[in-house]
Amino acid sequence: MILVLGGLWIGQNINLLPVDASANAPVYDELFRVLFSIGTILFVGIVGLVVFSLVRFRRKPDQLGDGLAIEGNLPLEVFWTAVPAIVVLFVGLYSYDIYDRMGGMTPLNHGMDHGGMQHSAADHKAMEGMDESDAMAGRVWGGIGNGSAISTSAENAVAAVPIEVTAMQFAFLFRYPQGDFISGELHVPAGQPVSLRMEAKDVIHAFWVPEFRLKQDVIPGQPTVLNFTPTRPGTYPIVCAELCGPYHGGMRSSVVVEEPETYQAWFNANNKLNVADA
Amino acid sequence: MTVSLPPQSEQHTPSLQPTGWLRYFSFSVDHKVIGLQYLVCGFLFYLIGGALAGAIRTELASPMSDFMPRDVYNQVLTLHGTVMIFLWIVPVVNGAFGNYLIPFYVGARDMAYPRLNAVAFWLIPPAGLLLISSYFITGAAQSGWTAYPPLSITTPASGQMIWILSVLLLGGSSIFGGINFIATVLKLRRPGLKLMQLPMYCWAMLGTSILVVLSTPVLAGTLILLSFDIVAHTGFFNPGLGGNVVVYQHLFWFYSHPAVYIMVLPAFGLVSEILPVHCRKPLFGYATMVYSIMAIVVLGLVVWAHHMFTSGTPPWMRLFFTIATAFIAVPTGIKFFNWLATLWGGRISLNSAVLFSCGFIVNFVLGGITGVALAQVPFDVHVHDTYFVVAHFHYIVYGGTVFVIFASIYHWYPKVTGRMLNEPIGRLHFLLTFIGFNLCFAPQHWLGLNGMPRRVAEYDPQFAFINQISSVGALLMAISTLPFLWNVVASAFNGEIAGDNPWKALTPEWLTSSPPPVENWVGEAPLVEEPYGYGVPIDQIDLKATSGRDLWSSGK
Repeated sequence: MILVLGGLWIGQNINLLPVDASANAPVYDELFRVLFSIGTILFVGIVGLVVFSLVRFRRKPDQLGDGLAIEGNLPLEVFWTAVPAIVVLFVGLYSYDIYDRMGGMTPLNHGMDHGGMQHSAADHKAMEGMDESDAMAGRVWGGIGNGSAISTSAENAVAAVPIEVTAMQFAFLFRYPQGDFISGELHVPAGQPVSLRMEAKDVIHAFWVPEFRLKQDVIPGQPTVLNFTPTRPGTYPIVCAELCGPYHGGMRSSVVVEEPETYQAWFNANNKLNVADA
Repeated sequence: MTVSLPPQSEQHTPSLQPTGWLRYFSFSVDHKVIGLQYLVCGFLFYLIGGALAGAIRTELASPMSDFMPRDVYNQVLTLHGTVMIFLWIVPVVNGAFGNYLIPFYVGARDMAYPRLNAVAFWLIPPAGLLLISSYFITGAAQSGWTAYPPLSITTPASGQMIWILSVLLLGGSSIFGGINFIATVLKLRRPGLKLMQLPMYCWAMLGTSILVVLSTPVLAGTLILLSFDIVAHTGFFNPGLGGNVVVYQHLFWFYSHPAVYIMVLPAFGLVSEILPVHCRKPLFGYATMVYSIMAIVVLGLVVWAHHMFTSGTPPWMRLFFTIATAFIAVPTGIKFFNWLATLWGGRISLNSAVLFSCGFIVNFVLGGITGVALAQVPFDVHVHDTYFVVAHFHYIVYGGTVFVIFASIYHWYPKVTGRMLNEPIGRLHFLLTFIGFNLCFAPQHWLGLNGMPRRVAEYDPQFAFINQISSVGALLMAISTLPFLWNVVASAFNGEIAGDNPWKALTPEWLTSSPPPVENWVGEAPLVEEPYGYGVPIDQIDLKATSGRDLWSSGK
């Protein structure tokens, strides 16, 4: 009982993660707390049992005989089969729910149609700017947060900011089709959904922002969409998480989450198209 | 270790095989010789892999890439992974202990196919030397032990080809061994010995060998296709030629996830042998142990895509593999609870073998918990390919399997050499290894959660301190090998004479001389129907000699 309460308390009060800076990060942290609580209870319990057994049942110098001939205990074994099964099932369903809330369960083709429509609604230039090979591949792979989860929240707010990401050895390039310019640093407005359309030119890279709790492999030949909504203004690292060559460790960039006005000012300063167009 | 073994008792009968120390360097067909060949050869490669790990931790002691060039760093991490998996853990937990013990356990004089067995071993040294020499000749492979294309296609081809060739040889060795174990366990049992009377390690090896035979050919095929892509410029996995890189990942992990069970199931079996002997109690829940091994085998084949949650896999696949992966925790949990129940109420000798086994339980439980967490897609999306994963799998393969290998060496050394290992030095070895291991890998969980990806030579300076702690742990692990090596070498000459059965064990390998004769037993093989028949039945407890707490705990 103390174990369970202690585990829950530690789980609620643990602070091992970096700050949360996107809409799905708090959801993720909720899952982390639950997993940490369950894990702590199990780990401390089992280690406690091992240490207790080693101390309590160690052979004392005067003991020569054997231990007890207990070969099994069916109810006990049923118990410790059933309990982990239930816990695992609960964790599985719970993480499914979390994943759904993060927008990961949308079917791919649906996500693709939707992404396409969003693009066309947002800007026709964006459609033109899109790579022709993508259209020929005919399928855009969704990462986490694609499709409906974002669009439902986006319908009554603003359309997602489309950004095209190109990963190559050893850098990320961010192209803003609405302004037709390329940046080495990702600038996004806080509180507004962002839709990254990612492509790799050479080998597999991975786009990871620890503060967003988001990671997506960028795979050559598979254009991938990653949607998220940044919340907390600040500058966070973008890290390549898939071994991509000698300078893999140096393949970093940063994402600057800004207040919408600051973002707009930055965007206008870089915009190469007619301002009215964007 | 090999050369330090005492010479066999004089055999004056003429022999076609070399006798004495020379047989350990020969194409011997004796399963005991082959087992030791596997063990010593594997340990030498472990020292090489450990040196490579030392190089990695030295590089990571500072956030800059300053110890070695970046491409050399990638070669080192590729070699470290490949050597540790394919040349140390897989050959030792399967080949070494399997060959030494399985014929004893089934009551046979040798393995089913002795020559195939020798071939399987003799594939390993050339393959290992090939792999390591590639570093000096052309530069080793740089794409990690996973060799994901397109990186493996675009990095220097010669190193990658040598890597593929040596992994194919090692995979072949593994398949030969697997076939041999299946045949031996199923067909070479002594008449009268039923399957459900076999020691647990036989079941573990049967399950492991099924996995080896089913999944290793898939890796071989995949690597052959990859080599075509490299040398013949075919386009199986080359997106520039219409290939698909994710297909490679599916095929690779179809082998390489079961490979985890190929590395830990034999370790589970070995722990099941060691604990009952030293706790003087029967193995708790024999039947459920067998069923859980088989459940792990079946589930282990259908979880591979959890390595690919960020690779653009379809959502249904993510859901399926999450649930399947998490469910492996159930049979694994059964095994751990059974070991705890085996400890409970025992008369536990706190020797090095038991300490390493319990260290294994503690480490593996932590690795298992992080494993269930990693199976959850949303969790994995954050920590995939980070140091969290590095910490997780080192808790499984080092904290799990390597601890068991050490436990097994302490347990079976008296049988193999006829002499005991030095117990205080053994405990010192355990203490150094346990502290060093946890100091090295526990902080890496935090590193991964906070944004340090794996396989990097340089990193964000804010992680420098934790990385230095980790490197100190690695140094401690390196130091811990020294007392072990001293112990093993010195005890072979000066160790206390062990006698045939120093642990008073019941399994058949102890019912012969130490070291055993070539034919395993002089005379007929013993029929052991109850390999775990230790302990006093509850109704025979002498009430005067036991305390109330003993009775209470026996009522559990």
